[in-house]
Amino acid sequence: MAQAIELIAAGDPVLLAIVALSLRVSGAALLVSTLLGIPVGAFLGLSRFAGRPFLVTLIYTGMGFPPVVVGLFVYLLLSRSGPLAQVESVLIPALFTPGAMVLAQSIIAFPLVAGFTMSAVMGVDPQLALQVQALGATRWQTALTTLVEARSGVLVSVIAGFGGVISEVGAVMLVGGNIDGKTRVLTTAIVLETRKGNFDLAIALGVILLALTFLANGIMLRLQGQDAH
Amino acid sequence: MTEPLYRLEGITKDYGERQILQIDSLTIRRREALALVGPSGAGKSTLLRLLNFLETPTNGRIQFQGVSFSADQPLPLPLRRRVTTVFQRPFLLNRSVSANVRYGLRLRGRRVETQAVEAALEQVGLLALAYQPARTLSGGEAQRVALARALVIQPDVLLLDEPTANLDPQNVALIENIVATLNERRGTTLILVTHNIFQARRLAGRAAFMLDGRIVELSDSAAFFNNPRDPRTAAFVRGEMVY
Ligand SMILES: Nc1ncnc2c1ncn2[C@@H]1O[C@H](COP(=O)(O)OP(=O)(O)OP(=O)(O)O)[C@@H](O)[C@H]1O
Ligand SMILES: [Mg+2]
Repeated sequence: MAQAIELIAAGDPVLLAIVALSLRVSGAALLVSTLLGIPVGAFLGLSRFAGRPFLVTLIYTGMGFPPVVVGLFVYLLLSRSGPLAQVESVLIPALFTPGAMVLAQSIIAFPLVAGFTMSAVMGVDPQLALQVQALGATRWQTALTTLVEARSGVLVSVIAGFGGVISEVGAVMLVGGNIDGKTRVLTTAIVLETRKGNFDLAIALGVILLALTFLANGIMLRLQGQDAH
Repeated sequence: MTEPLYRLEGITKDYGERQILQIDSLTIRRREALALVGPSGAGKSTLLRLLNFLETPTNGRIQFQGVSFSADQPLPLPLRRRVTTVFQRPFLLNRSVSANVRYGLRLRGRRVETQAVEAALEQVGLLALAYQPARTLSGGEAQRVALARALVIQPDVLLLDEPTANLDPQNVALIENIVATLNERRGTTLILVTHNIFQARRLAGRAAFMLDGRIVELSDSAAFFNNPRDPRTAAFVRGEMVY
């Protein structure tokens, strides 16, 4: 344990690179899933249409989906014999690159963000819509105000999304391959070092992972605490 | 004779199988103060929602300033924005008091007129609480914020749904004063739902009695309260109607 702390304190470059990649991959995935998930969640929470129950079920299922299965799905999608292998596009990353990991983690985080946003929006008092429309709000303005009113819950959806991806190992392992210096992130490094018997390094990585999630939650909660002021 | 502000023709409103409202004809004049009274469940709040264009009538149409509003004909936004409601249970946004008052101006894309916001808060005696979170206010304070929020957008029509229910006499007087002045000085049309016969008498030039979704009687206040034509109105005004 002491050695683990030493490693962190010394700012070991390999360690730092792993942390940086973790944050970059999960950060990018969170950005993508937030940009898509909040509007989708808000839409599902605010409207009623024929296919809605089906989509809601789909989102809820996605919230509990095992990351490793998402990884498998993305792997098959991107593999040389997969359906996307022939398509040339900047949006379609190659296997065993950070881009593939971002894609997989975006798919993991999206239902979390959309699902929690949806329940937050549905929890807003229906009086709000009536009141703001009486004050002259259009449908868009009503939706936006509802989303702002549900901001604590929306923030929770982002925390949930981050927690879901920063700590998952199955998907990044499959589509990233845990390549040293290229696609190795905190979780996959922990698996590897533990297996090799390098417990100090594994513990150091684990401590950092815990600290990161703790920090992220702390920041979010602070923002939430500033609510209404 | 000027064209009326509202003209309702053959209006019905159904919720599912139930018909809640049936108003064959009703005109509301510009600049008048009209009181709607009647027992609980008569459809008063429902009528106000229609008059604020928040819901569409099931049948019939509402002409507002000569423009039609019906189930398949929404009212143009600028016209809809000439009307607002102070609801019985004020819903304040989870923001500061002043942000709540500013809200209507923001919606209209106007530059935030701090002066207008402050003037409205001053009018309801809440300037000191401008930066307090709105959710911490008492019932009476919240009701006054709801009024300030309506005042600031300077509506042509102000709909008031039991705006002083559950308030202390001082707050009642304050709110009655503000809306009376608004009606007299600015010519704002008032449509007031109240369970308080005396308040209706004080504020309204005309009064209507609603029962089971219909308007039973509509006349000038003096006649309505002193010599009601319909026996049911008479019973209600005397406080004898059992409901
Ligand atoms: N959204 C709705 N869905 C179904 N029924 C409704 C709805 N809104 C109102 N009603 C019904 O319509 C009837 C009239 O309601 P409304 O609120 O207009 O009465 P009111 O005259 O305002 O009564 P009160 O004096 O108690 O406020 C009631 O029976 C009510 O249950
Ligand atoms: Mg009512």
